[in-house]
Amino acid sequence: MGLGIDVRNRIAKRAAEEIKNGMVVNLGIGIPSLVPNHLPDHVNVMFHAENGITGMGPSPKKGEEDENLCNAGGFPVTVVAGASYCDSAISFGMIRRGRVDMTILGSLEVSKNGDLANWIVPGKKVPGMGGAMELAQKAKKVIVLMNHVDKHGKPKIVKECSLPLTSARCVDLIITEMGVFVVTNDGLHLKEIFPPYSFQEIKTNTGCSFHW
Amino acid sequence: MENSFNKIITIERAMENFQDGMTIIFGGFGGIGSPPTIIDGILDKEVKELTLIGNDTGFPHIGIGKIVSEGRAAKIIASHIGSNPVAGQLMTEGKLEVEFSPQGILAERIRAGGVGLGAILSDIGMDNEMVADGKQRVIVEGKEYLVETALKGDVSIIYAKKADPYGNLIYDKSARNTNPLVAMAGNITIAEVEEIVPLGSLEPHEITTPGVFVDYIVPSKGVNWTWAWE
Repeated sequence: MGLGIDVRNRIAKRAAEEIKNGMVVNLGIGIPSLVPNHLPDHVNVMFHAENGITGMGPSPKKGEEDENLCNAGGFPVTVVAGASYCDSAISFGMIRRGRVDMTILGSLEVSKNGDLANWIVPGKKVPGMGGAMELAQKAKKVIVLMNHVDKHGKPKIVKECSLPLTSARCVDLIITEMGVFVVTNDGLHLKEIFPPYSFQEIKTNTGCSFHW
Repeated sequence: MENSFNKIITIERAMENFQDGMTIIFGGFGGIGSPPTIIDGILDKEVKELTLIGNDTGFPHIGIGKIVSEGRAAKIIASHIGSNPVAGQLMTEGKLEVEFSPQGILAERIRAGGVGLGAILSDIGMDNEMVADGKQRVIVEGKEYLVETALKGDVSIIYAKKADPYGNLIYDKSARNTNPLVAMAGNITIAEVEEIVPLGSLEPHEITTPGVFVDYIVPSKGVNWTWAWE
């Protein structure tokens, strides 16, 4: 069950607060793609797309799409002043070398020690990892935006991931419609509770213990 | 147009380089930057049992996706096939062998093949069996890496905005993506280009792929698919 656009925007808005002036940020598909809409004007950020754009701008107006200018999902984008293009090797060089400050992505499950499982649902088709492993493993900060529970109401924040891992111990921050968790060496810390949810509701819908 | 290096050829001539069972490395990312005229030529020639190497399988009717959808490939080495459900279906039915490689590592493996190296050392996905299984591990200066072998192909097919008769290439925006790497990795490299300009009209400092890597240049008939976002 998906979240309404208001809730998705609330999550995106909270994630936007993590972005500081001068950062290089890579955004995944889904809720992360809403994050730029919530950035204050005074924050200068270069959005990185793994297909070779640093300085990605908003979607073009209808009819102004350029078929040779798309994001990593294949959808048309624009570029901002100061943008650059590069080939795929250099684009991932930026990631592996630690030049991408933050990646904001969706996930199927996150464990209490920050394991990320966001690329295979067993029994479904295997799509391939794309650039997710490198981003999860090498971006300086990994932020996950997701529903607190799956479509069956089961917690997505769990003691141990049941799905194959994209990367172990890589997630730094989890933002859901219910609240914000920080991942540290001693586990999860609930930092914020979003209205209308209560601590008890978060506890009930989270599949592991956490500090508060 | 002068053809002083005999590199500018027709699509029909270019197709003489394609046979059943060969390995083709293709440029492009989600179909963007894949060569539409060459891909259609491959379809028309009905070559089969191909091994394809490239970033992804495109969409069912976009980019290399068309070759995959029609069952012409026996194997593909890619980072992602999710945008082409036909590829996933063929894989599930055992009709298409798929080797997944993390996107940037795949790019570096192609680059390594293109610049005469045997392999690269990578620490990406070391604890993931789909990436690490069967791969050699080495320790360099106290740190463990996977040996990721270089990739080469019989033919590389790429797409560029401009070429001069020597094959010097300039790419357009994000359609560059894997093309400069793929350009180097084929035993024969065929570039499909939007425009061929006279020798000397490209500024030497703006050339992305030097013509030494390009064997043939084919004029593009343009993109003939409808984009996924349309």
